[in-house]
Amino acid sequence: MLSKKEKDLIKEIWERLTPVAAEIGADALLRMFASYPGTKTYFSHLDISPNSSHLLSHGKKIVLAIAEGAQDISQLTVTLAPLQTLHAYQLRVDPKNFKLLSHSMLVSLACYLGDEFTPVAHAAMDKYLSAFAAVLAEKYR
Amino acid sequence: MVVWTDFERTTIQAIFSKIDYAVVGQAAFSRCLTVYPWTQRYFGQFGNLYNAAAIASNPKVAAHGKVIMEALEKAVKDMDNIKATYAELSTLHSEKLQVDPDNFMLLGDCLTIVVASQLGKNFTAEVHAAFQKFLAVAVSSLRRQYY
Repeated sequence: MLSKKEKDLIKEIWERLTPVAAEIGADALLRMFASYPGTKTYFSHLDISPNSSHLLSHGKKIVLAIAEGAQDISQLTVTLAPLQTLHAYQLRVDPKNFKLLSHSMLVSLACYLGDEFTPVAHAAMDKYLSAFAAVLAEKYR
Repeated sequence: MVVWTDFERTTIQAIFSKIDYAVVGQAAFSRCLTVYPWTQRYFGQFGNLYNAAAIASNPKVAAHGKVIMEALEKAVKDMDNIKATYAELSTLHSEKLQVDPDNFMLLGDCLTIVVASQLGKNFTAEVHAAFQKFLAVAVSSLRRQYY
């Protein structure tokens, strides 16, 4: 469960990261591909080498979606409805992989925010990304 | 048999030679207890773990964090023999402490995050992947004696 304090914290952090969405998103994806090579199988149609334009634009898309959800976490199911359909019927990414990207995203945040990524912020963010992933997988079956 | 590339070996050894075990151990272990509060179930004798601030200032938590890092160092010192090095620790965690082995990676993830925030940009995707692999081997070795 996310407290009001946690929701505000999450919203504030993602608002701050929106201007560097491409950088953070690409970094998280790169980490995921390096640590969990199986995840690359979903991206054979893109150039996912470091600094490629595909990687940056795809990373940006992901971070902006996460930031949008953070604007009003109680409305996650509404906000994510189109993405739910996309992942369930078209992309069909095994939901186990959402955890891998979430972890990679947390590491990217730790590198970017340093000491500011306190245990409290980390806990809140982990909870939010878990909720996000769960909603994303809702239409799968 | 784990096969380590030269890059992975030097990366792991470099990370462990750079970090302060007391600081990183305390940070990672207290982070684990804060982010995944159910892990507190194994530490009833540690006193006040009531909230993030209490955990962060708890001396038993800090001491235990250092113990964990020193145990990880044993694996770093003999990377080709981690299974053997951890056989006794594995039995301890399984038979005496009765820790659910799924928890090992929770601590591993928190350690990764602490090292990441320390090294910043230097914790590149490649360095990160090497560190992840080392932790996976350590965790797998710790799981071995469970039955």
